[in-house]
Amino acid sequence: MSATTSVPDGTDTPTADPIVRIIDLHKSFGPVEVLKGVDLEVHRGQVVVILGRSGSGKSTMLRCVNHLERPSRGTVVVDGEVIGYRIKGDKLHELSPSAVAKQRTRTGMVFQAYNLFPHMTVLENLIEAPRRVKGVNKAEAVKDALQALEEVGMAHKADVYPSTLSGGQQQRVAIARALVMKPSVMLFDEPTSALDPELVGEVLNVMKRLATSGMTMIVVTHEIGFARGVADEVVFMSEGRLVEKGPPSQVIDAPVHESTRLFIDSIL
Amino acid sequence: MKTATVTDSTRVDPSATPPTELVPMRYPGRRLAALLVLLVAASLGFSVVTNDNFEWPVVWEYLFNPEIMAGLRTTLVLTGVSMSLGIALGIVLAACRMSENRVLSSLSGAYLWFFRGTPLLVQLIFWFNLSALYPRLSLSLFGGPEIVGAATNGVLNLWAVAIIGLTLNESAYMAEIVRGGLLSVPKHQSEAAIALGMNRWLTFRRVVLPQALRVIVPPTGNQVIGMLKHSSLVSIIALADLLYSAQLIYSQNFRTIPLLVVISLWYLVCTTVLSYAQSHIERHYGRGVHGGAQRPGGLAKLRALGSRLSQRSRSNDNPTPA
Repeated sequence: MSATTSVPDGTDTPTADPIVRIIDLHKSFGPVEVLKGVDLEVHRGQVVVILGRSGSGKSTMLRCVNHLERPSRGTVVVDGEVIGYRIKGDKLHELSPSAVAKQRTRTGMVFQAYNLFPHMTVLENLIEAPRRVKGVNKAEAVKDALQALEEVGMAHKADVYPSTLSGGQQQRVAIARALVMKPSVMLFDEPTSALDPELVGEVLNVMKRLATSGMTMIVVTHEIGFARGVADEVVFMSEGRLVEKGPPSQVIDAPVHESTRLFIDSIL
Repeated sequence: MKTATVTDSTRVDPSATPPTELVPMRYPGRRLAALLVLLVAASLGFSVVTNDNFEWPVVWEYLFNPEIMAGLRTTLVLTGVSMSLGIALGIVLAACRMSENRVLSSLSGAYLWFFRGTPLLVQLIFWFNLSALYPRLSLSLFGGPEIVGAATNGVLNLWAVAIIGLTLNESAYMAEIVRGGLLSVPKHQSEAAIALGMNRWLTFRRVVLPQALRVIVPPTGNQVIGMLKHSSLVSIIALADLLYSAQLIYSQNFRTIPLLVVISLWYLVCTTVLSYAQSHIERHYGRGVHGGAQRPGGLAKLRALGSRLSQRSRSNDNPTPA
C-alpha cells in the first residue's frame, strides 16, 4: 500500500486528450475468450469504424465501453473516468450498479434492433431518461426531445407508438433518444444490420450529419461506404484482437494484414 | 372483347377475358348446425323457465335477502383481500424464484411445489385445524424461549383461516404468472434502459414491468374470477360467504334449488363485471402493441365519437338498399 498511496482514491484519472481509452481489454464468456487484449484510443470529434467478421469481438468491445459487459481484465476510460470501477491503491474496486448507471449517461448507445420502448410514444421514449435519470423538468425535456427529433427528421411522429414506424424511422428515433442525454460519445452497434436495404440510407445520413456536427462516434458496422466516407479511423478486428488500424484509405483500400484483405474482398 | 363462355370450369381460353364478378362459397352445413344448436338451446331455455321445480317466485323472493347480501359482501371482501395479498406475495415469490441466490430460488420453488401440489380444500381444512398441530403460536428460534406468543385459536379466527388459506394458495399460482410475464420482456429492453443510464429499479418499474403486465393481466383476471368462485370452499369451515349463507337458509326451508339459483345469479353478476373490467385493463396495457397509431387522448376519443355519430346519421339518411 505504501508505494501506491499517491494514487488518488476516486474514479477521476488525470485528464488525457482521448475521450475513450481502452486498455488491455479482455473478456471471456465461460471458457471462450472473446477479447484477447484490445487497446484503442478515440479522440474528441473522431469517428472510428470497427470492422470484422461476426464473432470477432467487435460488439463485445463496444458493450464494454458502457459496461453492458463487464471486462474480465483491463480498463475502459471515458471522459477521464474509469468505467465500472474505482481506483483504490493498486486495485480496481467494482462500483455499485447505481454508480455505473450514472457513468453510462456519458455514452449513448444505438442497437441493431433499435430497442425502443413499445409501450411509450416516440416523445415519451425520448423524455424518459432525461427526466428520471437527470431530473430535467418536463417542459425542458420535451423541448430537447422535439429538437432532437427535428434533427433526425422525425418530429412529425412524436406522438405515435414505435410499432407504427418503419425500421429506419425507429432507428432514427433511437439515435435521437440517445442524443437527448447529451453523451460525450455515441456507440453504434450494427445500426443498419436489421434494416431493409432501402431504409439503410436514411439512417446512415443521420449518422453522417451527426459526425459532421463533431460528435465522437464508435461505429460497429459492415457498411464499407460509410466507413470510407465518414470514418477518421478504421479498425479491423479478428479473433478478439485488433489487427489493423488506420485511415480508411489504408485499411480498406490497401490493407496490410492478410485477414483484413480477405475480409474486405469478401464484403465488397 | 369476347367473354369466357365455358361454364363450370377453372380453365379459361387464352383469348377470352374471365368474368370479374365474385360469388362467395356457400356453406349450408354451417347453417344447419347453427339451426340445430339454436333449437336445443331454445328448448333448454323453455324448460328452465317453465319447470316449476326451479321455483322462480322463491328465487325472486331471496334474491335480495339480507343474509344473502351479507354473504355476497363476505365473498367479495374475501376475494379482494386474498387476491391482493396473493398478488403481492406472488411477486415476492417470483422475484425469489428468478434470483441468482440459489437458496432463495429453491425455497421459492419448494413453496410452489407444496401449495400447487395439494388441493386448496385440504389446505383450508389444514389451517382450520392448525391448533391441533400447534396449540400455541409463538416466536422463538429452534425451540428457544418464547419471544411473543398466543393460543392458536385465539389468533386464528375463521376470517384469518380463510384469508391465509386462499392467499397462500393463490400466491403460488400468481408467482408463476408474474415470472412468465417478466420473462416475456426481451432482454434487449432492459439493456436499452440501462444504456440510457437508468438504474435497475427504474428499469424494472418503467420499462420491464409495464410490458410484463401486458402478459400478466389476462391470466390474473382469470385468477380473480377463479378466486371469486373458489372462495366458496370456505363454506366448509363455516365462514358465512355467499354459498354458506344460502346453505343456512335452505337447510331450514329445504328450497335448495331456488337458493342455488340465487347465488349462481350473483356469482354470474360478479364474474361479468370482473370480465368487463379485465378487458379494459388489458386494453390499457396493450397500448403500442395492437396497432393504435395515435395515443387516444380525450380529444381523439371525442373526435372518434363524433365521426361515428355522423356516420350513423348519414346511414340513417340514406338507408342502404337491402
